[in-house]
Amino acid sequence: MQSPSLGTGFYGSYGGRYVSETLIHALDELTEAASCIAATPAFQKELSDLLATYVGRPTPLTDAARLARAIDPERKTLGRLFLKREDLCHTGAHKINNALGQILLATKMRKSRIIAETGAGQHGVATATACALFGLPCEVYMGAEDVKRQAPNVGRMRLLGAKVIPVESGSRTLKDAMNEALRDWVTNVATTHYCIGSAAGPHPYPELVARFQSVIGEEARAQIVERTGQLPDAAVACVGGGSNAIGLFRAFLGDAGVMLYGVEAAGHGVASGRHAATLTAGRVGVLHGSKSYVLCDDGGQIQEAHSISAGLDYPGVGPEHAWLKTSGRARYVSATDDEALAAASLVMRTEGIVPALETSHPFAKIGAIAAEVAERLGRPATVVLCLSGRGDKDLETLLGRLLPSETPGAS
Amino acid sequence: MGRIEEAFARGAAEKRKALVTYLCVGDPDGDASIDLALACADEGADILELGCPFSDPSADGVAIARASQRALGRGGGLDETLRVARAVRERSDVPIVLFGYYNPLFVRGEEEAARVVAAAGVDALLVVDLPVDESMPLRTAAAARGLGLVPLVAPTTLPERVARIGALGERFPVPFVYYVSMTGVTGGAGGSAVLASAGAEAARVRAATKRPTVVGFGIDSGERARIAATEADGVVVGSEIVRRIERGATHGERLASVRELVRELRAAV
Ligand SMILES: Cc1ncc(COP(=O)(O)O)c(C=O)c1O
Repeated sequence: MQSPSLGTGFYGSYGGRYVSETLIHALDELTEAASCIAATPAFQKELSDLLATYVGRPTPLTDAARLARAIDPERKTLGRLFLKREDLCHTGAHKINNALGQILLATKMRKSRIIAETGAGQHGVATATACALFGLPCEVYMGAEDVKRQAPNVGRMRLLGAKVIPVESGSRTLKDAMNEALRDWVTNVATTHYCIGSAAGPHPYPELVARFQSVIGEEARAQIVERTGQLPDAAVACVGGGSNAIGLFRAFLGDAGVMLYGVEAAGHGVASGRHAATLTAGRVGVLHGSKSYVLCDDGGQIQEAHSISAGLDYPGVGPEHAWLKTSGRARYVSATDDEALAAASLVMRTEGIVPALETSHPFAKIGAIAAEVAERLGRPATVVLCLSGRGDKDLETLLGRLLPSETPGAS
Repeated sequence: MGRIEEAFARGAAEKRKALVTYLCVGDPDGDASIDLALACADEGADILELGCPFSDPSADGVAIARASQRALGRGGGLDETLRVARAVRERSDVPIVLFGYYNPLFVRGEEEAARVVAAAGVDALLVVDLPVDESMPLRTAAAARGLGLVPLVAPTTLPERVARIGALGERFPVPFVYYVSMTGVTGGAGGSAVLASAGAEAARVRAATKRPTVVGFGIDSGERARIAATEADGVVVGSEIVRRIERGATHGERLASVRELVRELRAAV
């Protein structure tokens, strides 16, 4: 929250506010609160104290030497690989950075009720946690499909006192949860704050969330400079809605020498049509309040996304990423379900870290990205990767897919 | 004068309020929608809103969301909605408003969308997720084809915004204003007090924008329509029509049930 102004809501031609008229006033109020309250030193201090004493920030930067050597044994392309350990945040992912910021802001705005959407359940857990901490009632919309595949997080939300509302419409995943949360918000807008979990949605959400998440990149930048004396050659993160990626990227946007890579979910493969690679294979459209890339057909109907990872299983993406792609500042690639699983296995066995399925996608592309960067530089690259979350919530999928013979009931 | 303006003028001359009916095109199928739309006009609807189904109708309640899903499952979408509009236009001079979400129009390209929509005999567009702030590209393209773009005003809309909408009406075709009776999605039942005060609010919006202002959301009977229309220029009825279409077991049953409702509404306003 450096600058008081929250900007225009546009990143190039992307962004904006494509919502019902009923919500405009609430978005204006939120924009006003974000620039007048969240930007004050008092708010910043309160939030950074919470991040330090409750979340456990700063998170470490881990030198993943064994993984780096497993990916590139001869050190030809990947020199060093550093992991920004958002998995060590309280609740297990970067989502808490944003949830705490928004809930703190909502208390200042005197909102008495919080709603959220969630895919993997990490944002739901983070919001439920922040609501428990501030004593606010919390209701979380979650696609019925995700309720099934992320059961541990559903249990955590309930234990934390939140109400989890399974959404049965459409593809029964994240996009449908967001539709339902928008319906709730438009109905209860006077009392309720809608805590959006990614750098997506109508203005000011993409900017607000990016600012709350930019602590990731600010810390990582300082840490890597302290450790290596230099900036990294590339920064890499997974992109669902894009919040951990933009949180990492923001600190490096002005460093022309740092290449930025977002990794999307290719599901069964981009050519199969069953994927969530919105920036790689989508087109410009309007979904959930902003103009950005979307997966939709020629008639403008939004298509269902497919990914093994619930947090990446979304046919939209935050507008700033659309702009970073268009401007060429960042590049976006994709990893399939199978590639992500193989990468998860490698990370677990070389580094002793169980990554979230979301984060397994950028791990799968480190080799290819390092090769591209090294080729450009003419020397091995130093790469920083945002390890956005831990894989506890994914144990059932990981066990079923990686150790099928030892897992009862796995096919 | 356009068809919509004529409809309001005729209503005023005959001392009755405008009755606007919505249906989701393609539910249960496009040909049925043609008959149902013509039936509404025949029973006295002044303006037809033809809803273009969208995959993610986040401003709609369950009735219209379910209808949209059914319609999309049977080949519904912008092209089918335009086919139905053309068929209605061939047989009737009733004003038609194409009602929907932005993405299907945006993906077609604003210019091309305005061209095909106007060519289908549609008179105006109403795009629920396109507030005035983001509306200029479509508004300009639509105006070039003589198409109006109907703005929404909600209970949360501040007077400055209503004034801006009024100012837009001086430069672009704004055939009427749609006042949303309550904060919420479509399909809720409006209480009498809410609808009465919405009607009064609509009258203030009319004064500020100098455009006929109709009230929608929560109107599902002749009695509620009468209450909302007392001070407003008209009413919009959508979800109750959609629910009747959903409940009908046969085409004949659906037609009869929709006709009965529109007749009741017509008698009330
Ligand atoms: C661990 C983790 N990483 C990444 C994501 C994707 O979200 P975003 O792209 O907003 O960072 C999620 C979403 O649930 C997540 O849980």
